[in-house]
Amino acid sequence: MTVESAAQAAYLVAALLFILALAGLSRHETAKQGNNYGMAGMAVALVATIALAIDRDVSHTGLLLIGVAMVVGAAVGLWRARVVEMTGMPELIAMLHSFVGLAAVLVGWNGYLAVEGGADPLESAALAAQGTLGIHHAEVFIGVFIGAVTFTGSIVAFGKLSGRINSKPLMLPGKNVLNVGALLAFVALTVWFCISPQLWLLVVVTVIALLLGWHLVASIGGGDMPVVVSMLNSYSGWAAAASGFLLENDLLIVTGALVGSSGAYLSYIMCKAMNRSFISVIAGGFGIEAGPAEDKDYGDHREVNAEQVAELLEAAKSVIITPGYGMAVAQAQYGVADLTRKLRDRGITVRFGIHPVAGRLPGHMNVLLAEAKVPYDIVLEMDEINDDFPSTDVVLVIGANDTVNPAAEDDPTSPIAGMPVLRVWEAGQVIIFKRSMASGYAGVQNPLFFRENAAMLFGDAKDRVEDIIRAL
Amino acid sequence: MIIGVLREAHPGETRVAATPATVAQLLKLEYAVVIEPGAGIASGFTDEAYAEAGATVGAASRGDIVFGINTPSTEQLDGLREGTALVCLIAPALNPDLLAGLARRRITALAMDAVPRISRAQSLDVLSSMANIAGYRAVIEAANVFGRFFTGQVTAAGKVPPAKVLVAGVGVAGLAAIGTAGGMGAIVYATDPRPEVADQVTSLGGEYLPVEAADVEVSATGYAKEMSDDYNARAAALYASRVPDVDIVITTALIPGRPAPRLITADMVASMKRGSVIVDMAAANGGNVEGTVAGEVVVTANGVTIIGYTDLPGRLPAQASQLFGTNLVNLMKLMTPGKDGALVLDWDDVVQRGVTVARDGEVTWPPPAVQVSAAPAAVAAAPVAKVVKPPASPGRRFATVGIAAAVLLLLVAAAPAALRVHLTVFALAIVIGYYVIGNVHHALHTPLMSVTNAISGIIVVGALLQIGHGDTAITTLSFVAILLASINVFGGFAVTRRMLSMFSRS
Repeated sequence: MTVESAAQAAYLVAALLFILALAGLSRHETAKQGNNYGMAGMAVALVATIALAIDRDVSHTGLLLIGVAMVVGAAVGLWRARVVEMTGMPELIAMLHSFVGLAAVLVGWNGYLAVEGGADPLESAALAAQGTLGIHHAEVFIGVFIGAVTFTGSIVAFGKLSGRINSKPLMLPGKNVLNVGALLAFVALTVWFCISPQLWLLVVVTVIALLLGWHLVASIGGGDMPVVVSMLNSYSGWAAAASGFLLENDLLIVTGALVGSSGAYLSYIMCKAMNRSFISVIAGGFGIEAGPAEDKDYGDHREVNAEQVAELLEAAKSVIITPGYGMAVAQAQYGVADLTRKLRDRGITVRFGIHPVAGRLPGHMNVLLAEAKVPYDIVLEMDEINDDFPSTDVVLVIGANDTVNPAAEDDPTSPIAGMPVLRVWEAGQVIIFKRSMASGYAGVQNPLFFRENAAMLFGDAKDRVEDIIRAL
Repeated sequence: MIIGVLREAHPGETRVAATPATVAQLLKLEYAVVIEPGAGIASGFTDEAYAEAGATVGAASRGDIVFGINTPSTEQLDGLREGTALVCLIAPALNPDLLAGLARRRITALAMDAVPRISRAQSLDVLSSMANIAGYRAVIEAANVFGRFFTGQVTAAGKVPPAKVLVAGVGVAGLAAIGTAGGMGAIVYATDPRPEVADQVTSLGGEYLPVEAADVEVSATGYAKEMSDDYNARAAALYASRVPDVDIVITTALIPGRPAPRLITADMVASMKRGSVIVDMAAANGGNVEGTVAGEVVVTANGVTIIGYTDLPGRLPAQASQLFGTNLVNLMKLMTPGKDGALVLDWDDVVQRGVTVARDGEVTWPPPAVQVSAAPAAVAAAPVAKVVKPPASPGRRFATVGIAAAVLLLLVAAAPAALRVHLTVFALAIVIGYYVIGNVHHALHTPLMSVTNAISGIIVVGALLQIGHGDTAITTLSFVAILLASINVFGGFAVTRRMLSMFSRS
């Protein structure tokens, strides 16, 4: 048994552990175990790879650099993970995706420098003997391309999620032509590069891919960011898989393909939940129809104060809370959890209805509520709770807008028509926590606010929730 | 502009079109209000109360806009100037002569009973607000005549069974009656041709009795329409079977512009228990019950009381005036966009267009049809949104799979041996990735994503093998790649762990 064969065996073990990790993560009961499997798999893979590197006569400087890079990386990673606010989760994940993308670009460039660049003549001779030198050219190109798209795409997603970039979809003229053009250019350049691998071609394709990734995500509206983040997750997987082909490393291929296909499927599930075409979301289709709030008179809205809401809640038997991004922004989850406990102590049934795209990340609301120690068995998803609204006395809509917009069902001309929404208006009384009458992320006015059984509670969600708790 | 409020000339009318509270709101819109002396007395509002709220007591005909509950008498109409806007109940479908008369007098007539049934117009829909009161009052009237408790009780003096109430027609009035009777402790049943109201009945604590028939009701106006003979026969059978068992029947079935449907026949009335009560809320339009006399209380030979009052809202005058007055204020808000006391009629607004039944000497009723945004429209909109792609035929699907398989086969066969192994691994891993997360719980999307994100940091493996083989450029790039990927790996797993430790069960 050589180190090489032992490493191969370790890779297989690691790959299986990763599969167990993903499988474990699909259920609450096994989720923690799944994460542990993932960590075990990663540990196995890292140890095997470092052993392999030593076996392949890595220089002492190299070994030292590995140590430094990993320690620094681990320190930064663990620090970020510890201090990140749960509301800042989407940004963190988008940021991490960009790292994978950038790493894939670097690995691809290294591949070029080693083989095509002539830094590693042995390797290129071996490839030439195998007859796969041309394939290696293509692999470098593809790996760099996917990595670069992931990199800038994630950066833009990060910017949009953290509010550094305007979340409105970017509307360049002929954006579809630009996207398709970039893809065609990529194909043409790949062919060229396979025939004659020159450095400037690699530079050009890197630039094109960086621009494409930026443009792809910039032209998608903020409302679709959950899908985009999940899609970028998938891209980062494909980038890893492409690097695997480049390095002839099965572990990278397997893991990359696992992440890539599961991420793509996750995005697909989400698109279905929003009743949106998968393709059009990726190509930035949604934002197009969502024009500015139209000039239509919906009538008047009513206002209530926290004391009145407290009275309503005290008289209610059944309450449903539907949180949205506004709750995350106001950091109101602790207050909401406290309110939930108070109401439950009085024997009032309190449940949460979570829309699949509430927040800026799939499952964002669940994470926030879990952080505030809301038991997860009273947190239900849209399909589980939508039929219960008519028998509910009071619904508290906390910082949600588009996900409770009746126009999605009533108004076929609405930009969000056909998107499944929480039918809160069927409940006895709806209280909407909002900072102002501004429209939601999709830029669509919400007729819910003007319904007879709806009332607005203006102000910061956190303050208002605390006011209610005091008034109870 | 001045708003004049009429003293109702209609005999027995107790309501008034403005209360001191609504006068104050009208003043906020910069209108001046003139109220006829004694107009609010029957509702319990004195002239002094109006004066205190800011109104002048005087002749309503001074107003540029005249408010009334009912259509004014001929003498009152004679007192109005040309161009006056008259706001009151008109029933344009039943009174073509009256409409022609109003047009001849060049009065702009706004019929409060012609408000289109759209959500936006709900705040000015007097039919709804009056029906709400009427439904409540119908139960009170029934309870007044009914010789027993509504609620069931077990007392030292013996057990009392709860009263059983049947509500026919679940409009606003029916729902109000269901809520009121249920609140008093009765067992409430309700019927209606529109199956979609079943949920509303249940939500108020009633039990919906469906009529098993083929033609379900969907009306574009939000009101009920006349039903087929087959439906009526089945409905009659339902009533015949239920009526003997219940103590109180409240009928509310009305079809706009038509006589009320006959739901309860004399035979059914005869089958009821002595002491039972029927309130026929459709008495003014001919009655749903055979034997109803409009405006009267009749006791049948078998001791069943049939109440045919047509002034149920007027029997709660203060409440009815307040709601009616508020509806009028809401109409004024809609038609006073500048809040400057100037009435502006926006002919393009479906609500204002619908309400206006006469203008500039012309009868403008009926208005062009309005698609109602109430429940039926939602049903109609749904199919548009959900265009389901027909599933491909088995043959075509087979062909697609076949072609894809052939293309893949050719590609892999053409690939060099070394690549082929990798492709195999790659293809199988894709399939596994798809199946493994197939049933992921929605709440776990974020942890799943962050764990896959950590796992994709596996790219560190590539950089680890590239570093430290002499070439400085490669080593530098690898160093950066390892650093970035390490952040990803450690950060990803740690944050997932943190998230997962938060999920707890109650």
